[in-house]
Amino acid sequence: MDSDSRRTKGTVVHSAESTRSSPFPDEVLERVLSILESRKDRSSVSLVCRDWYNAERWSRTHVFIGNCYAVSPGMVARRFPRIRSVTLKGKPRFSDFSLVPDDWGADIHCWLVVFALKYPFLEELRLKRMSVSDESLEFLSLNFLNFKALSLVSCDGFSTNGLAAIATHCKNLTELDIHENDVDDKSGSWLSCFPENFTTLEVLNFANLSNDVNFDALQRLVSRCKSLKVLKINKGISLEQLLELLVCAPQLMELGTGSFSQELMAGQNGELGSAFNNCKSLHTLSGLWDATAAYLPALFPACANLTFLNLSYATLQSGEFSKLLAHCPLLRRLWVMDTVEDKGLESIGANCPLLEELRVFPADPFDEDIHGVTEAGFVAVSYGCRRLHYVLFFCRQMTNAAVATIVQNCPDFTHFRLCIMNPGQPDYLTNEPMDEAFGSVVKTCTKLQRLSVSGLLSDLTFEYIGKYAKNLETLSVAFAGSSDWGMQCVLGGCPKLRKLEIRDCPFGNAALLSGLEKYESMRSLWMSSCKVTMNGCRHLARKMPRLNVEVMKDDLRDDSHAYKVYVYRSLAGPRTDAPPSVLTL
Amino acid sequence: MFMSLEHDYIGLSSSELLHSMDKKNNNANSNGLSLKATELRLGLPGTESPVRDGNDPLLSPKSYFVSGSKRGFSDAIDGGSGKWVFSGSAGSESVGLFSPRCGKVVSGSDSVLDGPALKVSVSVVPQSPKPGAVVQEKKSQESGASTHGAAAPASMSQVVGWPPIRSFRKNTMATHPLRNDDDLEAKSGSGCLYVKVSMDGAPYLRKVAIKTYGSYMELSSALEKKFSCFTIGQCSSHGSPTPDGLSESRLIDLLHGSEYVLTYEDKDGDWMLVGDVPWEMFTESCRRLRIMRSSEAIGLAPRAMEKCKSYD
Repeated sequence: MDSDSRRTKGTVVHSAESTRSSPFPDEVLERVLSILESRKDRSSVSLVCRDWYNAERWSRTHVFIGNCYAVSPGMVARRFPRIRSVTLKGKPRFSDFSLVPDDWGADIHCWLVVFALKYPFLEELRLKRMSVSDESLEFLSLNFLNFKALSLVSCDGFSTNGLAAIATHCKNLTELDIHENDVDDKSGSWLSCFPENFTTLEVLNFANLSNDVNFDALQRLVSRCKSLKVLKINKGISLEQLLELLVCAPQLMELGTGSFSQELMAGQNGELGSAFNNCKSLHTLSGLWDATAAYLPALFPACANLTFLNLSYATLQSGEFSKLLAHCPLLRRLWVMDTVEDKGLESIGANCPLLEELRVFPADPFDEDIHGVTEAGFVAVSYGCRRLHYVLFFCRQMTNAAVATIVQNCPDFTHFRLCIMNPGQPDYLTNEPMDEAFGSVVKTCTKLQRLSVSGLLSDLTFEYIGKYAKNLETLSVAFAGSSDWGMQCVLGGCPKLRKLEIRDCPFGNAALLSGLEKYESMRSLWMSSCKVTMNGCRHLARKMPRLNVEVMKDDLRDDSHAYKVYVYRSLAGPRTDAPPSVLTL
Repeated sequence: MFMSLEHDYIGLSSSELLHSMDKKNNNANSNGLSLKATELRLGLPGTESPVRDGNDPLLSPKSYFVSGSKRGFSDAIDGGSGKWVFSGSAGSESVGLFSPRCGKVVSGSDSVLDGPALKVSVSVVPQSPKPGAVVQEKKSQESGASTHGAAAPASMSQVVGWPPIRSFRKNTMATHPLRNDDDLEAKSGSGCLYVKVSMDGAPYLRKVAIKTYGSYMELSSALEKKFSCFTIGQCSSHGSPTPDGLSESRLIDLLHGSEYVLTYEDKDGDWMLVGDVPWEMFTESCRRLRIMRSSEAIGLAPRAMEKCKSYD
C-alpha cells in the first residue's frame, strides 16, 4: 500500500486498523525506528506489519544496495522517500581479478538522474565496483547542493577531471575517498580546484593517484580544514613534505603517508619524530611506500595508540618490522607483505596480543620459487593472537595439521580466507588433499561468515562446509572439488549463504540446478570455467523468472559451454544495458 | 617460453586452455642439453622444474635435504681457506671474505636468455624437503589431482585472475621496484632493490633487499638467519610454537667448517664468488644470490680465469 496520501495530511488519523496493530501514533513509531541503524534490523522491522513497514521506510536515511541490478532506482526512490546516504555495489567481485569485461555495466548515471529528482538533498554516495564517468561526477557535483561525502572503491571509468569537478563545485564536501580505482590519472591539478575559502573537509584519501598534486595547495588545504581527521596522501609526497603536513594537522586520526624514504637533513628526523609524537589521536597508519629501516623509528612515538597498521605496500623485512611492532601493543588490525617472512609473523604473535585481523599479501605472486611466509608463521601468530577473527593469508605451502592448530588456538574466526597460491596444491608434508584443513575450520569456527578455500580439495571439503558452516554467508572456491556433489552439499547445507563464487571447478548443470530454490535467498552466484552448459543456464532461467541468469560468452569456446555465469535475484527484471558479450537468458 | 610468461606482472597473458599435468614434465627440452634443464630451480612439487625430466643425462636428482649436518658460511665469516682452484690473494679491495681473488663460479646458467659460459655437470636440487621422494611426490600429486578431477594449470602465470589479487595491487607492485626480474633490463646504476636468494638443499627461495645492508658481514649474517631453519633442521611446522632459534654466535659455531659458499650472478649473467669487489659495486651489479655447496663450485673453467684477468 502506498501511504503517500497519509503523509500529506499532516494530522494522524487513527484508523481502526492502526489502533488494533499499533497503540501509538505513527510519528512515535517513526521516531523510535529512526534510531535503528542496522539494515538487518530495519529489514526485520519492515516485515512486521504494514504500519511498521511504512514507519520504517519513512524513517530510513541510509540505503545499502548490494547489487545495483537487484532493484531499479525508481523502486528505491518510491519506497524510501527520505534518503540522504546511498551505498551501491555493482560488478561481481571477480571483476577485481580481470574476469569481467570492461563494458559489463554497473553505470552509476541512471541512478544519479533519479536521485537528482527524488533525493536533491542527498549527502553521501559510496560506490564499489561501479562504472563512474567524468560526466557523472560533474552531474553529481552540480545537482546536489548539500553533497558531503563521496567514496569510490574499485570503480572505473573516470579521470582526475571528474575529481576536479567535485572539488570545484561541492561547497560542503566533508569526504573525498578515492580508493584503489582504475582512474585515468591525467594530472594532479584537481586538488588545486578546492576553493581557497573551502574548509569543511574531514576525510581526504588520494593515496592511489600517481600524479603529483601541487604541494602548496595541499598544505594550505590541510591547514585551513581544521576538522580534517583522515589524510591519505600519495607516493609523490616526500618525507620532508609529510613533516610539514603533520605540523599543520596534529589532530589527524588516520594517516596515509607518502613515500617514506628520503635523505632527510640533520635534525629533520627528530622533527619528524616529534611531529608524530604530537599526533595524539592517530589510530590508523598506512602508506609507507618504499619505507626503509632508517626512517621507521620516526614512527615509534605514534605507534603506542595505533589500532590499524597497513603495511601492505611497504616492503619491510623481518628485522625492521619486528622493531616497529614492538612499539604497537594495541594493534587490532594489521596488513603486511610477506617480505616480513615467518620471522615477522612470529614477532606479530609476540607483540600484538589484541590482534583481531591479519592480512598477509604476496610480494611476488607470480614467482613460484619465492616463498614469503609459510604455515609455520601462521601458526606462530595463532599462538600469540588468540583474538584473531579475520585472516587473509597468501602462501605457497600449507598443511592440514597447521590449520587445525591455528583454529584450535583461534576458534572465533568469522572470516577465513586462505590462498595457497599454487592451484590444486596438496598438504606439502603428507601430500594429502587439504580437506581436513577446511574441515577443521568449519567444525571449530562456528561463527564463520566468510570462507575462501584453496589447495587440492575433493568433495569432502564441501561436505564439511555444508554440514558445519551454518553461519556461512560468503564462499569463494577455485580449482577445487571432484564432482557436482561438492557444490550440491554447499547449496543444500548452508542456510545463510548469500554469495557463492566459483571458478575452475568441475561443477556442472546438476550442481547448478540443485540450487534452484536457493538462489532467490542469495544475492548472487558466480561460476566461471566450470562445466555448466547453456542448456543448464536456460533451464534455470526458465524455472526461476525472478532470477537474472547472465552468461558471458567467450568466442573461443563452443556454444554449448557456458563460460562465465552470473546469477542474481532481481526485482527489476532482466537488465537493459548489458553489452553484447553478456547474454541474458 | 615459460620463463618470460612467469615474469609477466602487468596484465596476465590471455587465458589459455588449461594445460594438462603432463605438460609440466616437458619443459622445453628440445635441445639435448637444455639450458632450462641445467637451471637450478627450487620449488615445490607441482611447480615447474627440470628435475623430473629423466632424459637428460646431466641430471641426477639426489636427496640433499639432510638435517643436522654442519653447513654454513664459514668461508664468509672466517675469510675461509683456499678451497678453490685459484687461491690468489693479492690486490683485492674486497674484505677478503672469500678466498679466490676473482673466483668465478660457473655452474650452468640460471637464465634461459644468457648462454652458459661453460657446461658443467651439476647435480640438480630436488624440489621437496623430503629426501628422495621428489619424483614420487610429483607423480602422486599428479595422480591425486587427476583423480580428483581438477585440472590445475601447469603454470600459474597462464591463469587469468590468479592468484586473486586486485588488479590495482598487481599494477602498483608491477611498477614498484621490488622484484628482480631476470628478463627486465636492469636499470643502470640503480640496481634492483630485491634479489632472489637460493640455497642448495632448501626447498624454496627467499628475497633480500641487499641495499639495506651496509657490508658483506651484514648480508652474510642476515642470510644465515634466513636460511638457518633449513640447515639445522626443519622449522617447527608441525604446530608447536616456534622458538626464537639460536643466537647468532651459536649459529656460526654450528655452521663452522661448512662447505657452503656464497655466490652471485652479476649483471652480465656470470656467476661470481661474493666478496671480491667493493660492497657498493657488488650491490649495483648483483642480480641474484646462491648459497652453493662448494663441491658444486669445483670445476671452475679456465675461461673464468680469463674473464677475471680482463678485470685486472
